Amino acid sequence: MDAIIEIAIAKYNYWMYISLMMIGLYAIIAKNNFVKKIIGMNILQTAIILFYISISAKRGATIPIIRHAEGHGHEAVNAMEYMNPLPHVLMLTAIVVAVATLGVALALTVRLYARFETLEEDEINDQIREAQ
Amino acid sequence: MLIHAALEFPVWGDPNAPAHLHVAPEYLERAYEETATPNVVTAILADYRGYDTMFETAVIFSAGLACFFLLRTRSRKDPGDRFFRHLATDMVIRIQNPSMKIPDTPYLQPMDSFWTPRSTIVRAASRVLAPFIQLYALYVVAHGHYSPGGGFQGGVILGASFILIALSHDLRTCMRQTPEKLIGVLSPAGVLFYAGVGILCVLAGGNFLDYGALAGWFGMAREAARSLGILLVEMGVAACVMATMVIIYANLSSAGGHRQGL
Amino acid sequence: MSNYPAFLIIAPLFAACLTATAGWIRRSLSFPLAVSGLTVSFLSSLGIAARVLASGKFQYSMGGWAPPLGIVLELDYLNTPFLVVVSGAALVSLIATRQFVEKEQEAKAPAFYALMVLAVTGMLGMVATGDAFNLYVLLEISSITGYALVASGDRLAPLASLRYLLLGTIGASFYLLGVGLLYMLTGTLNMADLSRLLPPLYGSNAVLAAFLLILCGIWLKAALFPLHAWLPGAYSHSSHASACLLAPLMTKVMIYVMLRVMLSVFTPAYIFDHLSLEGFVVTLASVAVAAGSVMALAQRNLRRMAVYIVIAEVGYMVGGAWLGNQTGITGAVLHALNDVLMTLCLFLAIAAVAGRTETLDFKDLNGLFGKMPFTMGALVLGAMSIIGVPPACGFFSKWFLLQGAIEAGRFDFMAALLFSSLINVVLFFRVFEYALYSDGHMHKQEEHGQTGIQEAPLSLVISLWVAVAGILAVGFCSGPIVRMFIQPALL
Repeated sequence: MDAIIEIAIAKYNYWMYISLMMIGLYAIIAKNNFVKKIIGMNILQTAIILFYISISAKRGATIPIIRHAEGHGHEAVNAMEYMNPLPHVLMLTAIVVAVATLGVALALTVRLYARFETLEEDEINDQIREAQ
Repeated sequence: MLIHAALEFPVWGDPNAPAHLHVAPEYLERAYEETATPNVVTAILADYRGYDTMFETAVIFSAGLACFFLLRTRSRKDPGDRFFRHLATDMVIRIQNPSMKIPDTPYLQPMDSFWTPRSTIVRAASRVLAPFIQLYALYVVAHGHYSPGGGFQGGVILGASFILIALSHDLRTCMRQTPEKLIGVLSPAGVLFYAGVGILCVLAGGNFLDYGALAGWFGMAREAARSLGILLVEMGVAACVMATMVIIYANLSSAGGHRQGL
Repeated sequence: MSNYPAFLIIAPLFAACLTATAGWIRRSLSFPLAVSGLTVSFLSSLGIAARVLASGKFQYSMGGWAPPLGIVLELDYLNTPFLVVVSGAALVSLIATRQFVEKEQEAKAPAFYALMVLAVTGMLGMVATGDAFNLYVLLEISSITGYALVASGDRLAPLASLRYLLLGTIGASFYLLGVGLLYMLTGTLNMADLSRLLPPLYGSNAVLAAFLLILCGIWLKAALFPLHAWLPGAYSHSSHASACLLAPLMTKVMIYVMLRVMLSVFTPAYIFDHLSLEGFVVTLASVAVAAGSVMALAQRNLRRMAVYIVIAEVGYMVGGAWLGNQTGITGAVLHALNDVLMTLCLFLAIAAVAGRTETLDFKDLNGLFGKMPFTMGALVLGAMSIIGVPPACGFFSKWFLLQGAIEAGRFDFMAALLFSSLINVVLFFRVFEYALYSDGHMHKQEEHGQTGIQEAPLSLVISLWVAVAGILAVGFCSGPIVRMFIQPALL
């Protein structure tokens, strides 16, 4: 029992990202409204960003900006003192991609609304069926 | 499945996790010496993985292009009813005939169909704030080497200052300050600038995006040249992000008409 | 010049930006700019192929940083034929569809060209890159431009595109998460480095999870049968120009990515020795082949039929790759190359037909052989290749796939292949029957002095025959291609 609690606490970042991801997936698949689906998509992407950022954490480390930069000469950098910078870089990219996808998705939604005057998926399907 | 797999993941914050032991320490230990950039995130972003970042900028550009392509309508056939306010009497004139030309007088002010009077305080405050926001954005771009920041963050702040104007005044005011043609050219120009720096490196005899190769041209040390290269590409990124923010906002908020919105 | 690997990808990127800029300044410049960008990248892909043939595989480090630190382009036997075919096919379809773009998009044509060229940039980058995360960024470039291109069709296109976007984003996110797991376990993103560091971890569930996530993401993007929901709508409602570009390239590039992940990141040793998934996947692929064919049979519209044929073809390649023997993988690689050309030919012919008839329903195809002899001739050759008639290239790759299936003892996959070939025969002969038959109405028109031949625009017909020439050339050179590229790649 203790072991389970220990795992549950020590790895709480992973449980967080998994639950967020499931919320996002649920919203994309089960929601009827396209804006809600898009919000779900964003939650899914954010969950993955959270996962990457939590990888980069290191206990007792600081942000990856070399401290002795201003003219204090060259001392060896101890990598243990700084967080892992790579996931931060990758997530900057992923955030940008998420924003870009969101922009395109909203643009499509605007087009969709102009065409059907609703964003509920079932109502749109009804309209298509009636047109045929 | 994910939960099952997570049982084998390293514990949160464990400094001995494999991710921290393989490539990351090399970045941390070498970045400052090799690029003269204390902010390791910036160094990796714009130099070690600069190729990724170039495409990241291209993603932004393509999103702006996609929004423009999907939404922008240029048909002048049916602009709908137009509304003008006569400033002296505060009367609203509604014009239904689309072909009727409105003389450009100072007495008539074009306005949105869902118009709510805007608070003078908000308008004045945002007008004063906007230049300071822009100045701060330039600081964020230029200071990305030493503190958290860089082209993306600076570009977003810069774009936000224009959107603030659009929100507090109206979209027309914003589009007068940043004409569509200007931002339409600026957005690809940012990517071109980034890729152009890369091509310069090829011309200087290095690999693509190898800023160190520029050292010979500018007569500086390789590290300093790398630092300069990072600054240059960050400027390209900022230009692209700023322009694209405005493009996306303008097209989304007005459904492509650019006449009124939010 | 040692830098042409960079130009392969930078040239179209540059051209896309210049095309978009030219749209604001001088619109007439935008099309030549787009074409020249893709021409440069086609020429550099030929240069790369020559160099790989002469001196074996090589790397190009971006920014001059050695692999685990920087990003490298890996140019080897596996991806050079893909680079040549993808850049060539993209160039052909860009030139062929100019009329459609100018007519449909009018003022927004430069933006459309820029989006097309950017999509190709993303695909070429995905094929060339040796970095798992870089692949994600490029995947997103080609996807985002793809969503915009798909949305540029008929009235239902935005809906199809939004569905594509939601599913595509799930796929890309799965891929990203899988790469994240691998990064967490090994600390690197470079593919070669990953394959070096992974073997000690093969027993771990986390590696299995990463593998499955990456695979699911790729399959979603490649539209393997149960995950194909986005494809029929996206490719049948989009404009002809975007269908001609995306349908031949997007799924095939994703198949390449799957092969790359299977061969270079998780080695076949892991996939076939440590996991026993191949039975399930090959069954899935057989179902995909059969289901795609049956669904194609149910369509009464030429374009929707072609779309379901694409889904069946994805099943061919996935099945071939998972047979677990050299012959099967050879067949899958060769079939992916052939399928780019065959689908290009099919969709170009459909676009040409659509320019002359009102709809693409079978009943409207009456008398097309008389009206458009060259287009229909090309369609016949393309159809022969898809069916698998010997001189065309489709025969050879199917031969390898069948042999691989027999070697692996997977007779269900073999049966699905033969069944699908049979259905393809029925499909195309039904189309040709409609097209040969000309009703009385037509005759009357001809008597009244109207010209019998109403061919599609010249550039489209020429491009179509370039695609046909490609099909025949690859067919005649199958032996050398397998010997010079595919077999060294699998060693």
